[in-house]
Amino acid sequence: MSQFILHKENTRGHANHGWLNAHHSFSFANYYNPERMHFGVLRVLNDDLIDGGMGFGAHPHDNMEIITIPLAGAIAHKDSMGNSAVIKNGEIQVMSAGTGVSHSEFNANADEQLNLLQIWLFPNKKNVTPRYDQQTLDVGVRHNNFQQILSPNADDAGVWIHQDAWFSLGKFDAGFETEYKIKKAGNGVYAFVISGEVTINGQVLNKRDGLGVWDTDSISFKANTADAEVLLMDVPMELN
Amino acid sequence: MQTTILYIGRDAEITIVMNRLLNARPEWKGICVCTDDEAIEICQTNEIDLVLLGNGIDAICEKVLRAKLTGLKPELKIIQHYGGGSGLLYGEIMSALN
Repeated sequence: MSQFILHKENTRGHANHGWLNAHHSFSFANYYNPERMHFGVLRVLNDDLIDGGMGFGAHPHDNMEIITIPLAGAIAHKDSMGNSAVIKNGEIQVMSAGTGVSHSEFNANADEQLNLLQIWLFPNKKNVTPRYDQQTLDVGVRHNNFQQILSPNADDAGVWIHQDAWFSLGKFDAGFETEYKIKKAGNGVYAFVISGEVTINGQVLNKRDGLGVWDTDSISFKANTADAEVLLMDVPMELN
Repeated sequence: MQTTILYIGRDAEITIVMNRLLNARPEWKGICVCTDDEAIEICQTNEIDLVLLGNGIDAICEKVLRAKLTGLKPELKIIQHYGGGSGLLYGEIMSALN
């Protein structure tokens, strides 16, 4: 029998630093909730609003798979591997921190707010050589479809990471119903509603709600409103 | 009362950041080193409450290090520190200490 955990939008951790208005689905920085440490290998899901021209100066990471999805605006990224790039809405960025990498992230626009999701997964292999990638996604593919945007395989759709995880994004018409099959036995799915209202396995979810489901091989999905947009994170439930 | 935390990681830049982050909180005293020999020496001469194993420590070194450190202090808590920065630090330490 499947199990689930529901994280309503207003139960997330919140930190407003003025230039940065951050919501944390799991314990992060000064937000500590022992009940919200991780969902399987999914350790961080931050929903950040960053003022124009502002951002995070150079800071280090190691042994973490870091995925950034801009929902509005653009991010200017620079790192110690020599990468310098701007990532816009409709694109995805991935960084395997491995043995250690330093990077900065700023709102690329001075007069527009940036909204991004930053997601950290524990890797399935420690101390790998750091790597960086970004991809432009064909957003049309996700209309009434879960478009794969990340996988463990370099030759599969989307970016790839050092973990048996698959991410999918979908944007749905009201009333659209489908089933999502979990990619690997033992994985669970954490669904995060970007906009609109949906029903997953009988649970009604609204904007920025999260639902984790495990001990199952599929989930049922229905869009209740016309602007329903959802990110599915299909991740191992066991920590390596 | 201060909690004394020893961080061991191979990347010198991350070690400097970790030293700053750990010592920014009055309730923590952070000691950060890059080598296993330094870590063992610190454990011999200081009352360490928690050890954070950071980046670049391979599986064999980790096994040897854990054995040597717990040999010095059997009840010593040793955890992995993932992330390298401030994002996960507080939660990881609170979880380990509680």
